[in-house]
Amino acid sequence: MVYTLCFILFVIGLYGVTCKKNIVKIILGFLIMEYSVNLFLILLGWRKNGVVPIVEPNTVMEYFKTMSVDPLPQAMVLISIVTGLGTLILMVALAIRLYQRYGTFDITEMNRLKK
Amino acid sequence: MDNLSLFIAIPAAVAFLIPIVSHRLKWFPDVSSSVITFILFLFSLETLNHQCIYQMGGWPAPIGIIFVLDGFSSMMLIIVNLIGFMACLFSVDYMEKIYTSKLRYYSLLLLVITGMNGVILTGDLFNMFIFLEIALIASYALVGFGCGSKDLEASFKYLVINMIATYFIFLGIALLYGRFATLNMAHIVTSIQQYGTDSVVIFAFVLFFVGFGTKAAIVPFHAWVPDAYTAAPAPVSALLAGGIIKSLGIYVLMRLTYNVFGMSQVIANLFVYFGIASIIIGALMALGQWNFKRLLAYHSISHMGYIILGFGLGSPLGILGGVFHLFNHSLFKSLLFFNSGSVEYETGNLNLRKLGRLSEKMPVTSVSSLIAFFSTSGIPPFNGFWSKLIIIIAAIQAGRPFSALWAVIGSILTLAYFAKIQRYVFFGNGDKFDESQVKDIKEVPSLMRVSLIILAVLCTIGGLLAIGGVNGVFGPVVNALAGGTNQYIGEVFGK
Repeated sequence: MVYTLCFILFVIGLYGVTCKKNIVKIILGFLIMEYSVNLFLILLGWRKNGVVPIVEPNTVMEYFKTMSVDPLPQAMVLISIVTGLGTLILMVALAIRLYQRYGTFDITEMNRLKK
Repeated sequence: MDNLSLFIAIPAAVAFLIPIVSHRLKWFPDVSSSVITFILFLFSLETLNHQCIYQMGGWPAPIGIIFVLDGFSSMMLIIVNLIGFMACLFSVDYMEKIYTSKLRYYSLLLLVITGMNGVILTGDLFNMFIFLEIALIASYALVGFGCGSKDLEASFKYLVINMIATYFIFLGIALLYGRFATLNMAHIVTSIQQYGTDSVVIFAFVLFFVGFGTKAAIVPFHAWVPDAYTAAPAPVSALLAGGIIKSLGIYVLMRLTYNVFGMSQVIANLFVYFGIASIIIGALMALGQWNFKRLLAYHSISHMGYIILGFGLGSPLGILGGVFHLFNHSLFKSLLFFNSGSVEYETGNLNLRKLGRLSEKMPVTSVSSLIAFFSTSGIPPFNGFWSKLIIIIAAIQAGRPFSALWAVIGSILTLAYFAKIQRYVFFGNGDKFDESQVKDIKEVPSLMRVSLIILAVLCTIGGLLAIGGVNGVFGPVVNALAGGTNQYIGEVFGK
């Protein structure tokens, strides 16, 4: 159920990217897409009342195996947030430069390549 | 050459060294990037006919991160680093005249090479995603490098389309991780064999097909190609056409199809139909173009169709044709983009109607573009003929005569639009041609000439690589792919 909601969030982001005409809204669409996948990954590793995935001398291994949280998705999400930040900065920089050149954020008016 | 991490460490280190050092040493960006890419090219030649696994920090395969080197990846390494070296040589004079800020340019170029080498070598899905992002973010910036309104527009379009594809890939990786709890590609294969193919795996494959198909410029996903290629500086267009769409698109798609998900009849049909659509639509669109680089971009789409068609046939001969055409295409395509760069360097113009009579003024450019033209349209002694011939024979052997027919028609169309380039740029002239503009045009500087000549010679003698067929130079590549999933597991985990 939660996974379905993640997927719906992804599709909302896709809708924002493909159907909106304002560059800022397109960028927001990308953010929604990225966060939906990140959320999905985090939920994959999540367990209700889970324990920290660190083995200590007095840890009961049977309990640990069933209850520990998966740490790998968290590392992946961390990296994905960093790359997402890099792309976001590039997108915003491009948007500012485009605004300087065209005087608008509307992508339908940016059609000098076709002329 | 067992330390595969050098392919990533060296260019990344130099990429970050350039902005630090170059304020004092003005010659550093030019010299260091050319030397480094040449060294990487020598390293990649050393990997030929060599198989090994590099374990990060000594952790074995399913737990640790690994780099895998086999026939296919070593061939791709050679292609990518050769084109990278040529692009660096060509950039020395080209960037001096047309653009500013060389240090940022070389920094980004080396980061693109880092990312491509990483994608080729990695044996792990999430690392592949990271290297993909490195190469792509640097290439977004390179496409918009001129910062004119058209460059920025093309860069934004390229960014939007490729970011959608990237998130599709990311979602596919997340789904596979959720299903099998592993990211190592060979481990995923064993899991698929154990649990069977279910709807999650199929959905992940569809996401991967769309994502990597976008990067490989297959037809319904090709919209970014013409704009990005036209707006980028010529060496970057050459690197995009010769390296990025091959290593990030075709290579990963084929690695996943043949070695991870396994080739089946449905996937083969998918590849063949998309390939034919790319060949015909790309060629037809190219016929109507009047911009030199935009024409080359559509030509690129058309030839990616041949490569996909060759791989999609599934037989060893088809794979050989696909790989050989991939190799040839990266050679003559970079050569053509360098030619367009030379023309732009001398005349400042890429409109076919306004150009003309450059064959006497620029003999090296003219002859090398003629060689690329013969090679790409399949005139016998040059390399393009042999690879197209192998693909067509393989299509007939695989019982798909209509695919072979479409491939021949696409080849004839290629001949037509390249005859147009030769007629309007080099031998005849366009209708808006002005005689006074070409008076003081000279041949391009010597370093640019060197890269043109090297690629032209490689195009001329490249046909010799076809000797031996499936057991020849490309034998290890064909074995790596045709061996399928089981061979890949054996390679990674050891027999």
